[in-house]
Amino acid sequence: MSDELRELYQEVILDHGKRPRNFRRPDHASHQAKGHNPLCGDQLAVYLAVDGAGVIRDAAFQGRGCAISTASASLMTEVLRGKTEEQAHRLFAAFHHMATVDGEMPAPEGLEDEAERLQALAGVRQYPVRVKCATLAWHTMEAALADKGETTTE
Amino acid sequence: MSEIRQLAPYDVDAVRRDFPILSRHVNGKPLVYLDNAASAQKPYAVIEAERRLYAEEYANIHRGLYWLSERATARYEAARETVRRFLNARKPAEIVFTRNATEAINLVAASYGRHFLRPGDEIILTELEHHSNIVPWQMLREEKGVVLRVAPVGDDGEFLLGRFAELLNDRTKLVAVSAMSNVLGTVLPVREITRLAHTAGARVLIDGAQSVTHLPVDVCDIDCDFFVFSGHKIYGPTGIGVLYGKEALLDAMPPYQGGGDMILSVSFEETEYAPLPAKFEAGTPAIAQAVGLAAAIDYVSGLGMERIAAHEADLLSYATQRVQAVPGLRLIGTAPGKASVLSFGMECAHPHDIAQVLDGAGVCVRAGHHCAQPLMERLGVPATARASFGLYNTRAEVDTLARALEQVEEMFRP
Repeated sequence: MSDELRELYQEVILDHGKRPRNFRRPDHASHQAKGHNPLCGDQLAVYLAVDGAGVIRDAAFQGRGCAISTASASLMTEVLRGKTEEQAHRLFAAFHHMATVDGEMPAPEGLEDEAERLQALAGVRQYPVRVKCATLAWHTMEAALADKGETTTE
Repeated sequence: MSEIRQLAPYDVDAVRRDFPILSRHVNGKPLVYLDNAASAQKPYAVIEAERRLYAEEYANIHRGLYWLSERATARYEAARETVRRFLNARKPAEIVFTRNATEAINLVAASYGRHFLRPGDEIILTELEHHSNIVPWQMLREEKGVVLRVAPVGDDGEFLLGRFAELLNDRTKLVAVSAMSNVLGTVLPVREITRLAHTAGARVLIDGAQSVTHLPVDVCDIDCDFFVFSGHKIYGPTGIGVLYGKEALLDAMPPYQGGGDMILSVSFEETEYAPLPAKFEAGTPAIAQAVGLAAAIDYVSGLGMERIAAHEADLLSYATQRVQAVPGLRLIGTAPGKASVLSFGMECAHPHDIAQVLDGAGVCVRAGHHCAQPLMERLGVPATARASFGLYNTRAEVDTLARALEQVEEMFRP
């Protein structure tokens, strides 16, 4: 197997792909959104429970997809827990940069450990068609947070 | 040469030497090209035919009074005659060059559909159509208020002729069906479909994009009203396709696009259209590509369509048996008499992951919905992985595919 392929499917990706964490629908989600990648038919839903202080207390997802999109969603829900919405946006920007620009995950201040964990998905940079698999969960998370305005105007 | 080749046993190694790309490596591995249903590789004969035209005989056609233009025109029209013979059409006038099968279907929808169909008229499609034989009819539905009916397939991908026949009625004006599924390899009984449709008073369009590379075709025998295919899938160039239509029908249809080449005379008051087939070929056509397509047809005809079909049937049956031994692999599409396409899923791996790992082994397969989302929906899968075989593939390549699939299983199994 080539080095690029080995980097893409490193152990942590295969592990999260086979045994995704936070693969459930929480009862208490305050935000949710559905993401769809028409190219491969991947569909997932992201659920977030954000408290009054803007801290993500719980993050989970459900859906079906390839190993990359499943692992990415799984890792994302792990790192998001306990982060503020603002930190979530900064992680999204950093992740997007890594996947689409140069394969390097910039570490936002105070989020160095999270950045290091997410660096596991850097291998997608070598495979343009897989970038969308890796970023699907993150785009869906952003959509979920953006829905906040709508969901609170009752 | 062709007669000699047809008498000899099918020599796949010699055939492979005709295709320069097959000797290259990808990702450090010998190329195993199994995405022929998407597009086929090109033999030297095709590459050389285009090169020779550009290097020696190129000018615009149908206008020059000079020798070079006459030569190019003669080559372009000879290509039309080659296609006529290949399809066994009655006249060259029944062969219209288009960009591809998609454009040919759009031509029929725009010209025949708009002119002859009325609100409430019914068009029958099947569940296994490619998007190119769905969307043009939906566009027509929006414009004209025609009704689309969909003939179902069984769980194994088999076309259900009886269920199709039940959809026919006196409102059915057109039946537009694929001759072979690009996803499942299902071969449709187009002759019988045509007979039933004609009995109901409907016209028939056959999408031959997949079938022409695997099955001999005879439009007189099928008796279809329209038949379309693309050059690039039959080892010819991209940018060239064919619409066959019965002469009387094409004659009665209005032009598809307006421009040069499709007119007899133009004034600002009125324009007189050219006779067939020029009426449907507005603007400078894909001249070199038409010549390349003729070279491709000569190439496959030289090998013999029956012998190609036999070679591919052997490969398909060998591949079916080999990949079924891979744990957790499920074939999608097992209709009797299917041709040359192996769609599958694996319990442990998504089609994209399968295709990615296969690519690392030098094996090109398609993964996704194959431009047939309604069929994916019908089969209850978001995507499949698909290996599709051509006249140059070998049993050794099938072995490489099977080994790579075993690697996928090892990698992704829980």
